[in-house]
Amino acid sequence: MTGTGVGPELIRLNGVNASYDHQLVLQDVSFHVHEDQFTGIVGPSGAGKTTLLRLLLQTLEPVAGTVWREPGLRVGYVPQLESVNWNFPITVFECVLMSRKSSRLRPWASPSEKARVFAVLDRLGIGDLAERHIRELSGGQQQRMFLARALLRQPQVLLLDEPTSGVDISTRHDILHLLADLHEDGMAIVLTTHDLNGIATHLPHLVCVNKSIVGEGTPSDVMTSEVLERTFGARMEVLEHLGVRLVVDEAPSPYTPGTRI
Amino acid sequence: METLLEPLGYAFFQKGLIVASLSGAILGLIGVYIVLRGMSYIGHGLAHSIFGGFAAMQLFAAKFYAIGAGLWGILSALAITSVTKRSRVGADAAIGVITIASFALGVALFAKFGTSGPSFENALFGSILGITTGQIVGLVAVTVLTASFVFLRYRALLFSTFDPDVAAVSGVNVGRIEAALMVVLSLAILATLTVIGVTLVAAMLVIPAVIARMLTDSFGRMLAYSTLIGTLCGLVGMYTSYYADVPSGTMIVLVGAALFIVVLATTGGSGLRRSAGLDSHSEDLVSK
Repeated sequence: MTGTGVGPELIRLNGVNASYDHQLVLQDVSFHVHEDQFTGIVGPSGAGKTTLLRLLLQTLEPVAGTVWREPGLRVGYVPQLESVNWNFPITVFECVLMSRKSSRLRPWASPSEKARVFAVLDRLGIGDLAERHIRELSGGQQQRMFLARALLRQPQVLLLDEPTSGVDISTRHDILHLLADLHEDGMAIVLTTHDLNGIATHLPHLVCVNKSIVGEGTPSDVMTSEVLERTFGARMEVLEHLGVRLVVDEAPSPYTPGTRI
Repeated sequence: METLLEPLGYAFFQKGLIVASLSGAILGLIGVYIVLRGMSYIGHGLAHSIFGGFAAMQLFAAKFYAIGAGLWGILSALAITSVTKRSRVGADAAIGVITIASFALGVALFAKFGTSGPSFENALFGSILGITTGQIVGLVAVTVLTASFVFLRYRALLFSTFDPDVAAVSGVNVGRIEAALMVVLSLAILATLTVIGVTLVAAMLVIPAVIARMLTDSFGRMLAYSTLIGTLCGLVGMYTSYYADVPSGTMIVLVGAALFIVVLATTGGSGLRRSAGLDSHSEDLVSK
């Protein structure tokens, strides 16, 4: 799997503009999701990363351009942890079960549904937490729970909004490997991140966004000072360490000797 | 035992007991969604709004006042949603303007033209006197409708309450389920108005659900507990109303409030922590 997307097309945005309250957030964006793709959408806060995800999810209508999705496409979505009401009375099991097929009318889970929920939870290593309230989980466990909810629908495409925001380095590492495994199993993955060194540089394909698409390609293609400056509006130096690109902010720290008046 | 059996000798009390229990159950059940969606103020506003429709229909179509008041409530709910979505007016302000204006209209109509149905005071605070078989049938019908709605649309209701964005992606028609919830809420308020009263019905939407939330972290158990607590408040409230000789609605609410204090004292910090943030996202959910 290359991760850059050469398989059949699943979602296509063509020349799309998106806005909130008549304020343009994305302009002339063309973006394709292929069956074997693993893409990170990078950009600063307010660049339109989540808006791009919402267009892919079709929860936001474009004001110009077209959005096409393969008919019957199964899409899984993992929201930002910050957007969740953690006081909601719900256990891990109830949360995952929520995404079962809508044709079933009975509120309780059938034995086969129970088995499927536990199979997904076990795969993600949180099977023993099924009866816990969602607030009692750590950041990494919460992320895994929402992944489990998305995976229960056996999606062809998995979209994640800042999946490593607010988690520690070890958890970030685990999540990245988990996503790589899912991609190996044949799932297309698109995630947003503003974490260049922790996430973006380890992904096979990146799209840099700042109101429009500024650059697209492998980390070697787009993690350059020029593309990053156009994306983030700040000078950045790019170093290479053990074949991995690392980004260093060139702006001096206020505590660097000689920079404070 | 004598205390329990003696009032049952009266037909009006038997009817009142049925209506109060069903009212408590139905408001407890639907109240879970109202509280978790941060819509408690909508419940309060709708009860007042329906009062306006109730008074107006007494004048123009007394035979069909229940249908008219129900439609009035549903239209008010849709108007609140529409005003909130289309303008920069917040949901609480929209509720304040639309529903309280409707209530004021009801008060004016009552004052000017009087009523052929329940008295002004009974409409405000609830009464078990004069409950008709038709009202009981109506309440049973609304109870069956509400229970069926919650049972058959369990996943969609839970998903759209917890996470409307992901629900929409997962095949839930969030707009339709929210509109249906508003309709069921309007009908539940209308059906329970006679026994609980306009000013107190919102309390019974909130109290059982909040107590249930303090007792459990599971959504399924919260639904069951809230329904049972609502029923219990209805039953005990009816008996205390009979013996204290005060309006039924006030005693039902006071029993609920007393139970809240007991549960709060028993569960302490864990109960408070569970019920924290129940209304933290009301505007988001109302305006979606």
